[in-house]
Amino acid sequence: MPAWLDGAACLPTSDGNEKGERRVKAAAFDYVRASSVADAWALLARHGAGAKLLAGGQSLLPALNLRLSAPDILIDISRIEALRGVTVSPHSVRIGALTRHADLLASPEIAAHAPLLCRAVAEVAHPAIRSRGTIGGSLANADPAAELPACTLALDARLHVEGPGGARVIASRDFFTGLFETALHPNEILVAIEIDRQPASVCGFAELARRSGDYAIVGLAAHGAIAAGVWTELRLGYFSVGTRATLATHAAGVLTGGGTLLEAAAALEHDLQPHDDLQASSATRQHLARVLLRRVVAEMESAA
Amino acid sequence: MNISLMVNGEQVEADVLPRTHLVDFLREQLGLTGTHLGCEHGVCGACTLRLDGVIVRGCLVLAVQADGGVVETIEGLSDSGEIADLQAAFIARNALQCGFCTPAMLIAAQDLLQHGGVPSREAIREHLSGNYCRCTGYQAIVDAVETTAQAREASR
Repeated sequence: MPAWLDGAACLPTSDGNEKGERRVKAAAFDYVRASSVADAWALLARHGAGAKLLAGGQSLLPALNLRLSAPDILIDISRIEALRGVTVSPHSVRIGALTRHADLLASPEIAAHAPLLCRAVAEVAHPAIRSRGTIGGSLANADPAAELPACTLALDARLHVEGPGGARVIASRDFFTGLFETALHPNEILVAIEIDRQPASVCGFAELARRSGDYAIVGLAAHGAIAAGVWTELRLGYFSVGTRATLATHAAGVLTGGGTLLEAAAALEHDLQPHDDLQASSATRQHLARVLLRRVVAEMESAA
Repeated sequence: MNISLMVNGEQVEADVLPRTHLVDFLREQLGLTGTHLGCEHGVCGACTLRLDGVIVRGCLVLAVQADGGVVETIEGLSDSGEIADLQAAFIARNALQCGFCTPAMLIAAQDLLQHGGVPSREAIREHLSGNYCRCTGYQAIVDAVETTAQAREASR
């Protein structure tokens, strides 16, 4: 459970029904379905700040039911088929923003060209949530405890966004700007994620959670390359260690500079400022981040 | 908002509020009370049902999103006989006590069993990890799912 849900169930946000029972119901909102990306821009322009885009809804619906979010209108983009699916070109893999977690898990192209995503998505919630949740929804939501933002950092992905003013490409390291905040402008839509094909690469993934499918207490998505026993490239994307997914550049630099795993683990304190919450203190998270680094890097070195 | 969808093999036309989620629609407008509501924010799994052939959290889908879709609930799966053997195994193994989680547990288990073969107990546990049972415990449930998988495989 992410920090923003902690204790939310005890907030006075529920409707009572006629029997006086307290339940978890969304406030009233309007609903409209967008038929295309351009249609979605027009609807966003018409409805302004009170509008919210609905993709898979697996983070938005809980927020609505708990009344942590109360938009005037939902613009449902989930039926824009052009935004769903995986395309492989000679140099990269392009994933439509509305590609669902279950699609990624079942995709032979993702297994072949971006296996880190397969590893990560298997840890995202449960089958009945992976069947609806989308990669674009997860990235645009920018939950600091979510797996996929950290994966895009590790993979150095490019995020394709489109707005009425045109299209632009945002590097994943520039996309996540804060707690549930991204570099998207209010009228822009994330349309695709592009990842370079890196045939000689190796990936690793691990997260610590109390129960399978829960949000991680700390997690690490890693991607890199080893030549003749030496790290030539390494990106360490941590999640659930603060307000946003974070690249541990100091620790990675130690390893690519020929340093030891112990030295890299020590360097993590320059990379991460983990938060405290009911699950773990900042110091515990910092410790667990070091544990995960040792596990994941060892796994990658033995696989390389 | 008017919606048109297939529910347990019957075409349904209805007028729903946008904020009504699929389970409230099924329970309160169609009287299908087999789908249960526990937490209503996607954690407990009691609302699991099938939408367009895949399992979903019914509390995390709006009724308006199911417009044009195909919904199958525990009532439909029971009536068709699709999970009769699984239901019998739940009874034989004492895999339910209060029964609140059972409809969703059956639907989630059938989702795994549909893939065929005999999944390991670890795979069964992983697939059911999003469905909470607060009284019987999970051993008997895993037993019932495993027994059903073995029986189906043997009768192939």
